[in-house]
Amino acid sequence: MNVIVCVKQIPDPALPGALDGATNTLKRDGKLILDDSDAYGVEMALQLVDAAGGGEVSIISMAPNGETAGMRTALAMGAAKGILVSDPALQGSDALTTAKVLAAAAQRLGGADLIIAATESSDGYTGTVPEQMAEVLGLPSVTFAKKVKIDGGVLKADRQTEEGYDEVECALPALISVTAGVVEPRYPSFKGIMAAKSKPVEEVTASDLGVTPAGWAGAGQKVTLVAQAEARQAGEIVEDDGESFGKIVAFLENLKVI
Amino acid sequence: MAINSVWVFAQVTNGAATTGTLELLTKARSLSSNVTAVLGGDASGVAAQLGDYGATKVYATGDLAGKLPGVAVSGAMKAIIDGGDKPDLILFPQNYEGRDVLSRLSVKLNKSVLTNSIDVAVDGDAVNATTPIFGGNTLVTTTFTGEGPYLVAFRPKSFAAEASGGAPAAIAAASVPDLGATGGAKVTAVHVEESTGPKLDEANIVVSGGRGLGEADKYEMVEELAKLLKGAPGASRAIVDAGWVPYSYQVGQTGKVVKPSVYIAAGISGATQHMVGMKGAKNIIAINKDKEAPIFGIADLGIVGDVHKVLPKLIEALKGR
Repeated sequence: MNVIVCVKQIPDPALPGALDGATNTLKRDGKLILDDSDAYGVEMALQLVDAAGGGEVSIISMAPNGETAGMRTALAMGAAKGILVSDPALQGSDALTTAKVLAAAAQRLGGADLIIAATESSDGYTGTVPEQMAEVLGLPSVTFAKKVKIDGGVLKADRQTEEGYDEVECALPALISVTAGVVEPRYPSFKGIMAAKSKPVEEVTASDLGVTPAGWAGAGQKVTLVAQAEARQAGEIVEDDGESFGKIVAFLENLKVI
Repeated sequence: MAINSVWVFAQVTNGAATTGTLELLTKARSLSSNVTAVLGGDASGVAAQLGDYGATKVYATGDLAGKLPGVAVSGAMKAIIDGGDKPDLILFPQNYEGRDVLSRLSVKLNKSVLTNSIDVAVDGDAVNATTPIFGGNTLVTTTFTGEGPYLVAFRPKSFAAEASGGAPAAIAAASVPDLGATGGAKVTAVHVEESTGPKLDEANIVVSGGRGLGEADKYEMVEELAKLLKGAPGASRAIVDAGWVPYSYQVGQTGKVVKPSVYIAAGISGATQHMVGMKGAKNIIAINKDKEAPIFGIADLGIVGDVHKVLPKLIEALKGR
């Protein structure tokens, strides 16, 4: 069983985000790391391939400046190889173009039995790329999967819903998006980190993949205004002296909710 | 080009249109007098309600028979558009089904999408959507280029739902085309997670717990306090990921967006991802032992202290009333 995992390499979420003043897009020119949300997909792929008793996990990513630091983390966890799409012409791409690029990268790998993505990235969180990819590739999909197994060549998943969850069965090949917490991602071992350095990552451009138009020209949208939202002011802050619960009671009384 | 026709992806639970659907219909009718709802299901029980909030017509697919709405409803929408009824703008709720239908349709129409928006305005020929970023401290306005239909998804509670007193929406049948391989997923069982008390995103008071509770068992304090206040219990992503409580409890960017009168954050530091989901609360009370925690920057009342000491006393005090 072969699985492809889409991974995003993002600026460290612990650092404050910033917009590029000229283009009004997220600044992504510093060091990039593997999006935490994607570690779940990588782990799930490794477990499914292991359970199937054969096959391999490949990763695909789109990032500026030939960045592979985040991909190396996924390779260190156990993925076998990757394709990085890195191309200045892709700057400013919208989610639809991103989905077309990643779909073409998946096809370059010869497709897979299963493609896994996170439900949304932690930096841009448009949240449409996985399902758009499935449509581009003509695949069925199960989004927001929180439990996944392959049983007799059929994918069985619990899919998050507003009211609870649905049990869904899906023919393969298919695409799934997985929620955080679906599995416990492993930490890369020292051996894994060393091995990842020599694992193959092919770097390609949009035109190598036959995707046009990309970037600004293909985006179908542009940012026209960036403004500061009205800031919420901090109120009274008190150190607990053992009696501060009384402050909360008084606050609630004042609002007439108790 | 003005906006002549607006569609809303409508959803129904327990025989009634969802609050999110009514919010979007209210906004849609402020943009156009020609508002159409598109529903993956049967519309006979909700046509009056959809009309009351502004829809003049509802396209309904009938029972989806286990097909996932993403492929089925987007396929039906594409068929209607190919048939000549083309909207200028389609509004989607930012939720599981809304996102799936939006994503599939964007590829079928080869159109860009905007998500996580909180407002939309028509200015001459331009359709501008507003989206908060960086935890809501920056607002970005984005305009579509090229031709519609423009596709936008909105966070819950972006608009207030108000009835217009309109006549029942006229029901038109929408057929789901042959989905081919994309229709390969089927729902085999539906599970509803029962919860007592008010729904998280509708409760007047929400009490949420985070990593500061220390261990899963301590979440009981949050539930007890919520019950005493006739509110709903919520959670940060950290303890949902840790498996302490179900995902349906999660407040934040990737969970529920809540706007209660009072929000009590217990042992929550205030990660951006969480604050996005609760900073619209009218009053915020935070209890956290780290006085540098970002949550204190937006709290109306902040208690720098140990939740294990403050919560039991608060619960006792409320019980004694």
